[in-house]
Amino acid sequence: MMNLLRLMSGRNATAPVARERLQILLAHERGLRGQPELLGLLRAEILAVVSRHVVLDPEKVVVRMERGKHVSTLEVDIEVPNGLEKSIAVAAI
Amino acid sequence: MAKVLVVTSGKGGVGKTTSTAALGAALAQMGEKVVVIDFDVGLRNLDLVMGAERRVVFDLINVVQGVAKLSQALIRDKRLENLWLLPASQTRDKDALTDEGVGRIIADLRTKFDWILCDSPAGIERGATLAMRYADEAVIVTNPEVSSVRDSDRIIGMPDSKTVKAERGERVEKHVLITRYDAARAARGEMLNIEDILEILATPLLGIIPESQDVLKASNVGSPVTLNNAASAPARAYMDAVRRLMGETVNMVVPAERKGLMNRLLRRRAA
Repeated sequence: MMNLLRLMSGRNATAPVARERLQILLAHERGLRGQPELLGLLRAEILAVVSRHVVLDPEKVVVRMERGKHVSTLEVDIEVPNGLEKSIAVAAI
Repeated sequence: MAKVLVVTSGKGGVGKTTSTAALGAALAQMGEKVVVIDFDVGLRNLDLVMGAERRVVFDLINVVQGVAKLSQALIRDKRLENLWLLPASQTRDKDALTDEGVGRIIADLRTKFDWILCDSPAGIERGATLAMRYADEAVIVTNPEVSSVRDSDRIIGMPDSKTVKAERGERVEKHVLITRYDAARAARGEMLNIEDILEILATPLLGIIPESQDVLKASNVGSPVTLNNAASAPARAYMDAVRRLMGETVNMVVPAERKGLMNRLLRRRAA
């Protein structure tokens, strides 16, 4: 009966959209709770690790989080000065 | 043993004060000795909803600061002799409310009442955490609307970390009270339904208060809705919620408006 009603008023059924938006948002917010500085923490630790091998400008390390429906992506953008490729390659081995 | 109940929500305007007044009155109507405390310093309204606004002399902060005795600040309801109100201060600085002072007052009230209902201010800051600080149970008032559900989710974990009871390693019982629910709109998929909200908040349901004109009518005249029109749909829903608080098992239904015969006939003709 409920489904039939929903079907009949398909265009007005905005509640499923509300539910889905909330589920995505809250899954993310709950993950961050208690560690509101997650991105800052990640940035500092990534910076520390990479700095062991490469000279970095701390300002050039950007950590970004993008929320998606099923997965979120963590984007780490590190700008490395030219002429250091060799030492990176060595470090990678 | 006295029970301290905080009525909270995170978001403002969802019905905390209305629900505190209705639940408090309903408990008193069932013979319990009840005090309702307004924690919304600077924006007090519980006195107005309870119809006691002209009888406020002293307030919570006066008692905390020792300016008045608790017995001088408590206002007895004119309709129910076992219902009392402790109003918030309208003029004082919010910081005058201290954790220690509130603790002393709650401890004192515990010796005198069966139920102590704390009407929390909106937000998740100090005022809201103070209101829940000494609570044994929490009622989270939620509207079937995205921003309200989100804010409820935000505040729902706080009783587990911010209360004295939680710090002692005990569990603070939590309940969701859904207000302004429109079963017909939910059935049409225009409003989050009960299952959606409960699935998201993962907290037991205390009651479903239907959207109703009776709520505004009651606050207009300064009477808790359970007193103003006990037969109305929201009053019956609050009564059911109170029975659940008292440990009874009550079927979860959304009370509907009872239409009079004339109403039905007129409606039929119109259709």
